[in-house]
Amino acid sequence: MRPPRPLRRPPLADTAAVSHGHGTGTGLSDNKLLMWVFLGSECLLFGGLISTYLIYRSRFGDGPAPGDIFDIPFTSVSSFVLLMSSLTMVLALSALQRGDIRNNRIWLLTTALLGSLFIGGQVYEFTTFVREGLGYSTSPFSSAFFTLTGFHGVHVSLGILMLMSLLISSLRGTLTTERSETVEIVGLYWHFVDVVWIFIFTVIYLVPSPTS
Amino acid sequence: MSTATESPVESHEAAHEEGHDHPSDRRYIQVAVILAIVTALEVGTYFVHMPGEVLIPMLMAMMIYKFFYVAAWFMHLRFDSPLFTKFFVSGLVLATIVYGITLTVFEFWHKG
Repeated sequence: MRPPRPLRRPPLADTAAVSHGHGTGTGLSDNKLLMWVFLGSECLLFGGLISTYLIYRSRFGDGPAPGDIFDIPFTSVSSFVLLMSSLTMVLALSALQRGDIRNNRIWLLTTALLGSLFIGGQVYEFTTFVREGLGYSTSPFSSAFFTLTGFHGVHVSLGILMLMSLLISSLRGTLTTERSETVEIVGLYWHFVDVVWIFIFTVIYLVPSPTS
Repeated sequence: MSTATESPVESHEAAHEEGHDHPSDRRYIQVAVILAIVTALEVGTYFVHMPGEVLIPMLMAMMIYKFFYVAAWFMHLRFDSPLFTKFFVSGLVLATIVYGITLTVFEFWHKG
């Protein structure tokens, strides 16, 4: 009789160890690796949207031109808010890793609030643009602009939902130091959304745009 | 993985190899301050008149610096396995090549 094949993965009791990379094929956490692969693919998504915007930014027709409509001081404040949310996110992770549940909750909530503030700013910006005559289908420029920044806004909104679910888990007592990798993975997503905005803010807003 | 027989130094090294040895809160705050300063410099260029030949490379340099600074410190690529960096950079490089070609085909570099 043939001897039983060795288990390629540890039994279910060791799933926590697997999630932290012990016993996986690479010796790394599968979940974290998957998130990095996902973020690599997201580079292609946002690269496509940014390139489309760059190609169409001069095609504003009779509608408002980008250089006439962007409010750089306002967007600068929004960008600063999102950048600082990356700091609060990493402080939330750091607090959980040292077992400081209270500060973990405070920083998670602060990150979600900063993200919401950014989204609020984006809603205000979109509303202002529409009032000034720049609708989604006004011109190829407006379609490319709203699609790019709208997609980014959806990503931030999803991040806020993830942060709120982490906060609820924490309040239920299920988010412990042993599960800090979950916060780290959500953090990776959140920081990625921030670095994408670093790109968008410079390329779309700060690089001089065409005027009518 | 740490065992009861390992010395604290060995345990620390093992933790570092596993990617759990992250910077202190103080260091994170220092990183955020540097990022805020670079952002302020970026925004400052909007209020100062500069020729495009100077302004655009300057903005691109600051943008790339911020991008990699966040990835290295906040996303822990500096401390984690190089495999994570490889996956992320692969996506980034592929996107740069694909969309670089796209922009060239659409004559973006000439028309602007």
